[in-house]
Amino acid sequence: MLHIYCPHCAEYREEEEFRPKGEAHIARPVAPEAASDEEWGTYLFFRKNPRGLHHELWYHAAGCRKFFNATRDTVSYQILETYKVGQKPSVVAGQSSNKGAAK
Amino acid sequence: MSQQNRLGTGGRIDRSRPLRFTFNGVDYQGFAGDTLASALLANGVDVVNRSFKYSRPRGIVAAGAEEPNAIVQLGASEAAQVPNVRATQQALYGGLVAASTNGWPNVDRDLMGVIGSVGGKFMPPGFYYKTFMAPASLWPKYEKYIRKAAGLGRVPKEADPDIYDHINRHCDVLVIGAGPAGLAAALAAARSGARVILCDEQEEMGGSLLDSRELVDGRPASAWAAAVLAELATLPEVLVLPRTTANGYHDHNFVTLHERRTEHLADLAPSLNGRRQVRARMHRVRAGEVILATGTHERPLVFSNNDVPGNLVAGAVSTYIRRYAVVPGRRLVLSTANDHAYRAALDWHDAGREVVAIVDAREHPEGDLVNEARARNIRIIPGSAVIEAQGKKRVSAVQVARIDIGGFKVAGRVETLACDTIATSGGYSPVVHLAAHTGARPEWRDDILGFVPGKVPGMTPVGGVHGKGALIEALADGAAAGTAAAQRTGFTAPAVELPKVAKVREGKAAALYQVPHVKPAMRAPKQFVDPQNDVTAAGIELATREGFESIEHVKRYTGMGFGTDQGKLGNINGMAIAARCLKQTIPQTGTTVFRPNYTPVTFGAIAGRNCREFFDPRRFTALHAWHVEHGAKFEEVGQWMRPWYFPRGNESMHEAVQRECRAVRESVGILDASTLGKIEIQGKDAREFLNRLYTNAWTKLDVGKCRYGLMCKDDGMVMDDGVTACIAENHFHMTTTTGGAAAVLDWMELWHQTEWPELEVYFNSVTDHWAAMAINGPNARKLLAELTDDIDLSGENFKFMDWRAGTVAGVPARVYRISFTGELSFEINVQANHALHVWQALFDKGEKYGLTPYGTETMHVLRAEKGFIIVGQETDGSMTPEDLGMQWCVGYKKPFSWIGRRALTRPDTKREDRKQLVGLKPLDPQLVLDEGAQIVLEKEIRIPMPMVGHVTSSYFSPTLGHAFALAVVKGGSQRMGQTVYLPMADGRVHAAEVVSPVFYDAEGARQHV
Repeated sequence: MLHIYCPHCAEYREEEEFRPKGEAHIARPVAPEAASDEEWGTYLFFRKNPRGLHHELWYHAAGCRKFFNATRDTVSYQILETYKVGQKPSVVAGQSSNKGAAK
Repeated sequence: MSQQNRLGTGGRIDRSRPLRFTFNGVDYQGFAGDTLASALLANGVDVVNRSFKYSRPRGIVAAGAEEPNAIVQLGASEAAQVPNVRATQQALYGGLVAASTNGWPNVDRDLMGVIGSVGGKFMPPGFYYKTFMAPASLWPKYEKYIRKAAGLGRVPKEADPDIYDHINRHCDVLVIGAGPAGLAAALAAARSGARVILCDEQEEMGGSLLDSRELVDGRPASAWAAAVLAELATLPEVLVLPRTTANGYHDHNFVTLHERRTEHLADLAPSLNGRRQVRARMHRVRAGEVILATGTHERPLVFSNNDVPGNLVAGAVSTYIRRYAVVPGRRLVLSTANDHAYRAALDWHDAGREVVAIVDAREHPEGDLVNEARARNIRIIPGSAVIEAQGKKRVSAVQVARIDIGGFKVAGRVETLACDTIATSGGYSPVVHLAAHTGARPEWRDDILGFVPGKVPGMTPVGGVHGKGALIEALADGAAAGTAAAQRTGFTAPAVELPKVAKVREGKAAALYQVPHVKPAMRAPKQFVDPQNDVTAAGIELATREGFESIEHVKRYTGMGFGTDQGKLGNINGMAIAARCLKQTIPQTGTTVFRPNYTPVTFGAIAGRNCREFFDPRRFTALHAWHVEHGAKFEEVGQWMRPWYFPRGNESMHEAVQRECRAVRESVGILDASTLGKIEIQGKDAREFLNRLYTNAWTKLDVGKCRYGLMCKDDGMVMDDGVTACIAENHFHMTTTTGGAAAVLDWMELWHQTEWPELEVYFNSVTDHWAAMAINGPNARKLLAELTDDIDLSGENFKFMDWRAGTVAGVPARVYRISFTGELSFEINVQANHALHVWQALFDKGEKYGLTPYGTETMHVLRAEKGFIIVGQETDGSMTPEDLGMQWCVGYKKPFSWIGRRALTRPDTKREDRKQLVGLKPLDPQLVLDEGAQIVLEKEIRIPMPMVGHVTSSYFSPTLGHAFALAVVKGGSQRMGQTVYLPMADGRVHAAEVVSPVFYDAEGARQHV
């Protein structure tokens, strides 16, 4: 069971309080009607499934009811950081993860 | 029967407390401090079980969790039955009743054994797959007999009367295992003031200290263990949990500990001060640091007939002699590849029994223990091993031969030695199971001939589990790790003074797993690798020959390490054999994955208090007591208990529903609608938010008005619907489906928080705050008029889809003129704690109108007559608003591209042959079609046949006088008047006409009066 740091509550809480909501940073096209069918289909249906670092959207459902992002290693299940919606991750795939691992 | 194998002195048993117990119907006596296994050995019980596949007699092999054979069924009464208890882990108590799990009619005369010895030759690995898979339809029949023959214990037929708890815990340092390394670690960490939990699975803490020959500070090792435990007991931040197995090691240092609190006292939890004690606790521990001090399991050697009772691992022999004062035989042969196992021969010799020989695989054994054996003139046969045991129900002799380990062959003549007990040791396998639960692959180490735990963040292995099994090393290793772990969690640990232990000089161990036989493995008498699953060396050889190269496939093909065993005793031997056959190294072959639980956990402990009424919470409306009092039958809708129908007298459900329907259509009925989800929406952008959330337009909805709204996901598929009222310019009251309320609120938060944080809008669930009572029928207005004097109910001033605030039955209310039946209808919302008062007042005034309570079934019939959908019944996540014929509810002209809009112009959502909502009128007017029935276009059935849709709702309508249904049919809106067919499983084919889904009052006159 994961131990997740909610950036809104500023505390570690048990996974039972949270719900995973899939890949983070999926931006809805600003002008949906101008998007091609392919673009719209990509936005709706295509998601990454990486082995390694993944940015995920989580919901503190049984807590503060706030959404936030988490950078998680899908192999080790280590959560390198959590950050608020609208913020950028400080650890991204491809980069050295040493910085985040110290957390 | 006397305890013929019990020594007169020594051991950690209490001879002043004899205990009676029963095994396989025979009475025996043991002592307090015994395990069931030690008591059986004390009484000379050789055969404790029959094997899983070949039904061979089996005896006790080990003294702990790794025991493969002594698996018993426990319990004196039916409710107390526990299957698959290891006799080596069960403390003896007075009145204990146990039986073998295998063996019919009994373990000594086993009929299946005859079949096993004949059939065994014909049951190679993969036998079940090869023999019984075709035809598949007969598998259940085969399985029944195979299971009976196999026998893995049975579950009780009566409910478990015991109670179990879950406890959440947090600690700085969790120490798993209370042997020398674990105790030293716990002490070092605890002295820092850190919160420490120390758990150990055994009856008594101390691990190998309890049967060690070594002295600690000049005293028996067990005395040091006792002193450490006494100090830990005085420290307030320390929790010591005996009889507690760490059974699962999960992510981020979350460990589940299974504490058995009463199973050493009785089969069912005894009462204490008049209250039944909690039988077991599941501690859910979140640890800052985990110290893994799980030690090792000794590997037996794999040789022919190594399963005949009287075969034990060497360390177990020492444990039984030193800890339980039981010598499990008269004449011992020890076959070993290391020094440490010499303890078994020395302990045996100390007990005054004969050591026939020590057979050592090494050419030149050298070390302190070897020298001690030589000093006692015990015969040591170097460069050799036991290659075969003789005997049926007990070892009678062994064959010993010089072996060539590298060449894997017997290299000299075979000598036969008479004996009744064989102790073997192929080495010590670290207990890596828990670390492996986290996904960390174990790593092979040539220097210790074993796999050690892979790296797990926040976990430190200490002692034998990472190759520091010697007492002097284990103590130092544990103390250092305990200090370091405490420091990492922010505590300053004072140095722990290590006790004085003499260094024991040991020679290098040889790598011996399977012992060669004069015949090849396939022809030699069976060499067991995993006795619990009856996996032999020949079986593993066969698997590799048949092309199974991955150890995971070999495991599944042979069954090695399956089930409750989880590869404790035999896995490394099995991997070594697979490696030899595949001509590769053990690390190249790798390990299988160990999974929780480490040892079996009773379902009671897993469930804890989450059973019976606490299994899943039930939600009741404020009117529930009234419904119960009036005989309602209930239906579960999500977690809600809703009245389904209200039978009168002996009415059937059909009769009750017909009556309730007529009451609504002809006079007035009332529904408890409180379960509908209700969400408050406030803020200056509330209206804009609704515009983006719903498919239809909200810009012009005035205060005092309501509107039906349809909600889609962004793929254009309908996800929820409901009526939303404008309470004030910046304030709306939304209703959702009963089951969808929580998901809709989450959905709104998701869009607000992640896409449109700039909108100023707030949401809150008010489902439980408002009770809702819907009065429906031509007399609804007359009835309500008797209970309110401040709401103008006239048709021109309180129109359909208006809402009004006022007073009903003297309490503040919001009344919504909305209708889910097509009748004149008012939904009265009051504070939930006023609900019963208002409901009762309605019945007081409503008697003259025949006011009739109705439930969800009547609601369904009435709404279906009107073609009103229920999300989740007419929809399944693949229906667009247009598929449902609800184009009128889609605001294509709204300026913002609301959720779902763009997807509705994708080619797939514009297809004309999509499934569309229609009505079905069965040609037989009495026939209520099956919901879910598939629809085809032709009467003659052929295979394959295109299926064009299915029935979503189906009822008999007393108003229409015939049965009717709603359905989704491909291109259905173009099929009006056509006949479709519904083939049933029993061969009948029903026919129905495609009609409009609105069966009643299509122009809506009745709700507009």
